[in-house]
Amino acid sequence: MPLLWLRFALACYFIGLVYAFVALNRASDLFSRIALHAAGLGLLFHFVSLVELFLSDPVVWASVHNGESLLAFASMAFFMGIYALYDTTSPGVVVFPIVFFLTLIAATGQQPFVFTSTVQQRGWLIAHIALIFTGYAALVLSFGASLIYLVQERRLKSKSLSKLSSFLPPLEVIDQIGYRSLLLGFPFMTLGLLTGAVVAVSTYGRFNFLDVKILLSVLMWLVYMVMVFARWNSGWRGRRAAVLASFAFVAAIVAWAANYFSAMHRFAAS
Amino acid sequence: MRYQLIGVNHKTAPLEVRERLAIPDSRLAEACRQLTVHPGVEEGLVVSTCNRVELVTHTANGAADLRTFLHEHFRLSSAELDPHLYELRDKEAVRHVFRVASSLDSMVVGEAQILGQVKEAYATARAVGAARGQLEQLFSRAFAVAKRVRTETAVGSSSVSIASVAVELAKQIFGNLKGKTVFLIGAGKMSELAARHLLAHGCTSIFVSNRTYDRAVGLAHKFEGQAIRFDDLYSTCDKADIVITSTGSPRAIFHREHGEHFLQRRKNKPMFFIDIAVPRDVSPEMAKLSGIFVYNLDDLQQAVSAHVADRRKEAERAEAIIAIEIERFEARLQTLDVVPTIVSLQEHLETIRQAEMDRVRGRLGPLTPEQEMAVEALTRGIINKVMHTPVTALKAAARDQEATTVMDVVKRLFNLRDKRDDSTSDHDPESHR
Repeated sequence: MPLLWLRFALACYFIGLVYAFVALNRASDLFSRIALHAAGLGLLFHFVSLVELFLSDPVVWASVHNGESLLAFASMAFFMGIYALYDTTSPGVVVFPIVFFLTLIAATGQQPFVFTSTVQQRGWLIAHIALIFTGYAALVLSFGASLIYLVQERRLKSKSLSKLSSFLPPLEVIDQIGYRSLLLGFPFMTLGLLTGAVVAVSTYGRFNFLDVKILLSVLMWLVYMVMVFARWNSGWRGRRAAVLASFAFVAAIVAWAANYFSAMHRFAAS
Repeated sequence: MRYQLIGVNHKTAPLEVRERLAIPDSRLAEACRQLTVHPGVEEGLVVSTCNRVELVTHTANGAADLRTFLHEHFRLSSAELDPHLYELRDKEAVRHVFRVASSLDSMVVGEAQILGQVKEAYATARAVGAARGQLEQLFSRAFAVAKRVRTETAVGSSSVSIASVAVELAKQIFGNLKGKTVFLIGAGKMSELAARHLLAHGCTSIFVSNRTYDRAVGLAHKFEGQAIRFDDLYSTCDKADIVITSTGSPRAIFHREHGEHFLQRRKNKPMFFIDIAVPRDVSPEMAKLSGIFVYNLDDLQQAVSAHVADRRKEAERAEAIIAIEIERFEARLQTLDVVPTIVSLQEHLETIRQAEMDRVRGRLGPLTPEQEMAVEALTRGIINKVMHTPVTALKAAARDQEATTVMDVVKRLFNLRDKRDDSTSDHDPESHR
């Protein structure tokens, strides 16, 4: 049943995906509204799917595809929050495709990889998953915002003003979205790593910094911290912020991929 | 009608070219003088604004070589200048002058500043004797047409202007303008208007700077802002989010290093420069900096062109008014052409009448005052009746553009020479035939 709800959500997100590609060429208020409603409905189905999964077994979130589903949900929830705050659907251009593909993979119904580490602290593990995915979702949003910032900056620089009333929000609003996502995501990411450390210590009795997953996760966190600091201290924007956000995004993907090579944080084919 | 016009404007020449052709106010009178001594030019006027440089002339034969004048005056080669030039004659030149004065040819259609600039150009040319009868006819009519366009259409309404475009651009960068600071550098109606619009849309504070500090104080007082000494410009500028600059500086006053300095002090928060100056106040290198957004006059034109659709209907109405006014002007000029002939005819017939009266008085002897009056009335009545047909024909011919033919016929019939014939006869003995 959770899979069915997820597939309903996927169908709704597909409309968002089409919107993202259309919006790259031309703005349409009507389509924007349709995509927004579809995304809202998809989020509802997605929520039901995740709740059902959680009720069946909270730790089932720890499978790779369910994790992806959770990340997609958190990213979409962030997007909706941004829409509520800033009245703009433009981050959807980046968020919708990411959410769609994450949900698509999760909705295949195959679970090739499951979390195989023996966990002692299930509560901490659930907190770790929820926090870390919220942090990831914030990073996705920040990355998306930095790309949109670049596009908007280039548009204003190139002075292609026939598209003055395009669907892109003002530069400073995009900047705020990116920066606030970053600020919001950072404590989640930090707490997520800390709870992960608690789970690791309780499970293995030690915390191996040389484990590839832990090493890359710490590296990702450092990049995240540098990014927050650079924004706070020097107000990095535009190209530099986009490069840094891309770097953090890649670091997050690499840290995620490290699951397959980690001795402590491992997934195996089911 | 032998009007000739040559020039460049914001549509035909980029800012780089217009910068090289711009004539400062202090040299405008001299340029007019030089223009009038150019071969073939009888009267001349120079309009030089940030968006156009135009020579409006009345020539001896309608074919003066004005391109050569421009090449020599600005020391520019044909290759540099000619691709950007437009040259108009007679009716088209009149139409252009009417359109310019009515602000239909402006970057921001309907803006009011151009009319004042054309009036100043005319006053300058008139003061040095470069604009006399013919240009006076043309420009006094152009000003009346501009007034009519402004009164009868909404083309001058404030819905689209540099100011409103500046506000819209600022919103694209900053979103809500509440709490933003504006820096007004230099003076000018356009920049003041932009500042006023920005303040009306939420900007909360304004700095004003001018090379003349007292002027800055005056402006600051007007905007309830703060006057900044020009020397403190660079140390204050980073506090402003939006900078409107329109100094008369011959070189850019903002360079890349200034931009870098501002961004560093603002923690890379974006800055929006509205550069209304010609030559530009902000160097192109500074405009390349990430976080600095510079819009000069040409850029604003692009922005405005995206907005002019709303004004198109009004502009069409204005064009229709101008078309009617051109016809009237032409008819009026042609009527003016026949006036000397009519006057000559009147004088000729009056001379005959007087001569006949003198002759008859000798024959009849002294007349009583009543008789004298009766004879006067009788002879005047005859003359008026005789004149009525040729005068009506002349006026009608003027409207039908057959004035020259009919004038020649009338002159031959009555053996007339009007004043123009007299003046040309000094140079052309054949005209006495």
